[in-house]
Amino acid sequence: MMETFVETGTVHYYLAVTWFILWGVLWAVYFILDGFDLGAGTLHPFLAKTEEEKRAILNATGPFWDGNEVWLITAGGVTFAAFPYAYAQMFSGLYTALWLLLFALIVRGVSFEFRSKVESVAWRKTWDICHAVGSFLPALLLGVAFANIFRGLPLDETGFSQAGLFGLLNPYGLAGGVLFVIIFVMHGALWLCIRTTGDLRGRAENVAVKLWPVQVVLTVLFLAYTAVETQLFSNFFLYPALFVILALPVAGLVLMRVYMGARKWWMAWGASCMYIGGTTMFGVAGIFPAIIPSNPNPGNSLTIMNSASSPLTLSIMLGVVLVFLPVIIGYQFWAYKTFATPMGEGDIHY
Amino acid sequence: MDVLMLSRLQFAAATMFHFLFVPLTLGLSVLIACMETAYVRTGNKTYQKMAKFWGKIFLVNFALGVVTGITLEFQFGTNWSRYSSFVGDIFGSLLAIEATAAFFLESTFIGVWHFGWEKLSAKAHAIVAWLIALASNLSAIWILLANGFMQDPTGYIIRNGRAELTDFIAVLTNPFGWYQFFHVIPGALCLGGFFVMGVAAWHLLRESNVEFFQKSFAIGAGVALVFSVFTAVEGHFHGNHMSQVQPAKLAAMESHWETQRNAPLYLLVIPGEDGNLVEALPIPGALSFLAYNDVNAEVKGLNDIPKEDRPPIVLTFLGFRIMVGIGTVLPMLALFGWVMRNKIKQYPLYLKILPWCIPLPYIAMQAGWVLAEVGRQPWIVYGLMRTSDAVSPVTTGTVAFSFILMCLLYTLLGAAGIWLMVRLAKKGPEDHTPIQVKAA
Ligand code: HDD
Ligand code: HEM
Ligand code: HEM
Repeated sequence: MMETFVETGTVHYYLAVTWFILWGVLWAVYFILDGFDLGAGTLHPFLAKTEEEKRAILNATGPFWDGNEVWLITAGGVTFAAFPYAYAQMFSGLYTALWLLLFALIVRGVSFEFRSKVESVAWRKTWDICHAVGSFLPALLLGVAFANIFRGLPLDETGFSQAGLFGLLNPYGLAGGVLFVIIFVMHGALWLCIRTTGDLRGRAENVAVKLWPVQVVLTVLFLAYTAVETQLFSNFFLYPALFVILALPVAGLVLMRVYMGARKWWMAWGASCMYIGGTTMFGVAGIFPAIIPSNPNPGNSLTIMNSASSPLTLSIMLGVVLVFLPVIIGYQFWAYKTFATPMGEGDIHY
Repeated sequence: MDVLMLSRLQFAAATMFHFLFVPLTLGLSVLIACMETAYVRTGNKTYQKMAKFWGKIFLVNFALGVVTGITLEFQFGTNWSRYSSFVGDIFGSLLAIEATAAFFLESTFIGVWHFGWEKLSAKAHAIVAWLIALASNLSAIWILLANGFMQDPTGYIIRNGRAELTDFIAVLTNPFGWYQFFHVIPGALCLGGFFVMGVAAWHLLRESNVEFFQKSFAIGAGVALVFSVFTAVEGHFHGNHMSQVQPAKLAAMESHWETQRNAPLYLLVIPGEDGNLVEALPIPGALSFLAYNDVNAEVKGLNDIPKEDRPPIVLTFLGFRIMVGIGTVLPMLALFGWVMRNKIKQYPLYLKILPWCIPLPYIAMQAGWVLAEVGRQPWIVYGLMRTSDAVSPVTTGTVAFSFILMCLLYTLLGAAGIWLMVRLAKKGPEDHTPIQVKAA
């Protein structure tokens, strides 16, 4: 049986709520940052025609992918630290999906480093495939996993989910997977518009422009499906002020199109960030106070009340994050400013 | 095989694979930062060439270290969910701090370092190299404090059916974790030193880039000498501390059966799980002395430890003997190299042996971890939670699937990565422009 550790209205409660919000923000930042390199990787086999172009795509995300992936490690670590029960049940309950995600990320990570080191066509082809599959699969799996979390997992009274991999592949889960892939591909295409030149860039622009209506339609359909399939909107009707969050993805979509038309790729990419952040926060706001809602038995949900760490741990971690997060954002911002320029000869290192 | 055994095997395989790459990251990052500093100080281009050459090997190694690390972090949740629920309050925060304080720094600046040769000044580039070295070693502190908590839990209270944090300072100053830190980091530097010496020796024998590799050799030998001695000496005090908090591990690593004062150390032992098959060549009182710095101290024997509280004896024993055996040889090898560093080409036999010595510190490191972790059994958190109570309620098939796939994938990637590193090492420093290939 899940015990309740946290009483509403106590300091402990407000700490847990703060951590819930931070938890959501970490996932949002992760999707925003890793989203574009996973998207660019997914596009790799379709966009790059020549050897130079293949390398250009790898190097367009090359300086950043590793730092971006740490947001995933941190999101995972923070789930562990702030909501250990939710971490334990989420990761063991989604066992196979998670391992597939890890394998994909592993293969993708080394493909950057390995691919161009050997002058053999077969070797390079192998790593190109690894790179593409290793980029596509995480996008899909993350979408499937999060759609299922939004919908609720079939948790038993100990909070453990026996859904298994195939239990996750329900229509709503798959819809989430497809949406994530499209979002990430769009995000990646916009990134390539920023960093590449010549024909490659022309093709990336083309993809972004063509994909936009698809993304709009899918977003609307997914929202409608969400209203039918999940309880996400109930928090919004309870606290209508929350609808402000929905303004972010909507505005993001519109601005993306506007800036794409004006060929302001940085701005368009920024709008895409806004869309991704807004969409994530929409889901996160909808499941509160659950971290993993239970469906069909809401009583078995893993919430901040029955999953949070002790007040001491939550406060220490808050201190740590308040000190380090601004510093991290500072140096990552600097790294982007220094390296996210249109690429020339000297920028090809992978 | 049951879920518990499979999960243990999987965790062991995943950590050991991760730790195949971690030590070189820790050691070589410092060496490279030193080379870049030397370049900034002297303006001698050889040092920059050095940083680039060793840096290339470093990057391949680093990539493998990074990708295998994520698996570990998530494995606590996937395979040890009961453990994670029980100690998340303390253990989880250490992992989260590791990510925020160290991994971000490391991973952001490795990109900057790799892509920044032209975009940054030599000085800024050297600073970035130091940041990476610092961040890697910082990450070791946090993970070792986490491991220290598992070896000797402190700063907690059992409340709400779990271990809750009561004293963060006690967790941060846990002596066990710090003993590990001051053993592992010097061990890694020693490994880095031997790595550089070994590769340099290979080239010196072939008269390729003599000046370059002679300089590299001297740096490697100095570092290897200092830190191999440091590791061994610290290991002794580490053992003293361990003997006090984990007497069962001490008994297992020496395969010591009878509780006695003035316990001898047998130079030749063939251990068994129910008693030694052979015991010969005793040094009287040596075990008591090594464990407690007192020849008359009493050392508890395995016969006085209930069977269900004993770790696997043969593995723990072998872990210790192999590590110490190698730990005795390394300082001698390094000493010779360092003393003769300026005329090392006159000793071709030594140069021939050295590349084959590169695996030695690796084996010592793995053996040390086997001792530390297998010797901790049957506890996952010493004295507090048994490994058998920690495992996730998942099915055998599920774990078997991930285990088999992981082993396959790691074997392939490991082989490819090591092959690449050997290739880069043999190629030498000549060519560091990106390889150009015509479109296929
Ligand atoms: C003594 C050092 C040490 C030890 C015992 C461990 N690691 Fe490690 N780890 C490192 C030292 C390190 C490192 C040197 O910092 C690495 C290796 C290569 C690298 O890039 O960073 C790293 C990478 C690394 C990463 C990737 C970070 C990134 O993307 O930059 C993760 C998530 C972990 N580790 C997690 C773990 C976990 C959960 C461990 C325990 C079971 C563990 N490591 C043992
Ligand atoms: C990187 C170097 C390490 C190596 C090579 C290593 C090796 C091992 C081995 C061989 C086992 C299996 C023991 C057995 O089941 O008999 C194990 C188990 C385990 N280790 Fe480590 N370990 C390392 C570091 C760590 C660290 C730093 C932590 C924690 C912070 C850790 C946590 C665990 C856990 C949770 C288990 C599984 C449960 C168990 O079997 O007790 N390990 N490790
Ligand atoms: C000859 C001298 C040495 C002695 C007396 C010694 C002693 C020890 C002891 C007692 C432990 C186990 C502590 C525990 O349970 O956590 C240990 C662990 C370990 N040793 Fe050694 N060691 C020596 C040499 C080396 C060398 C040369 C290396 C590597 C280059 C090495 C690497 C390790 C590692 C990685 C561990 C596991 C982590 C830890 O517990 O610190 N050791 N050593």
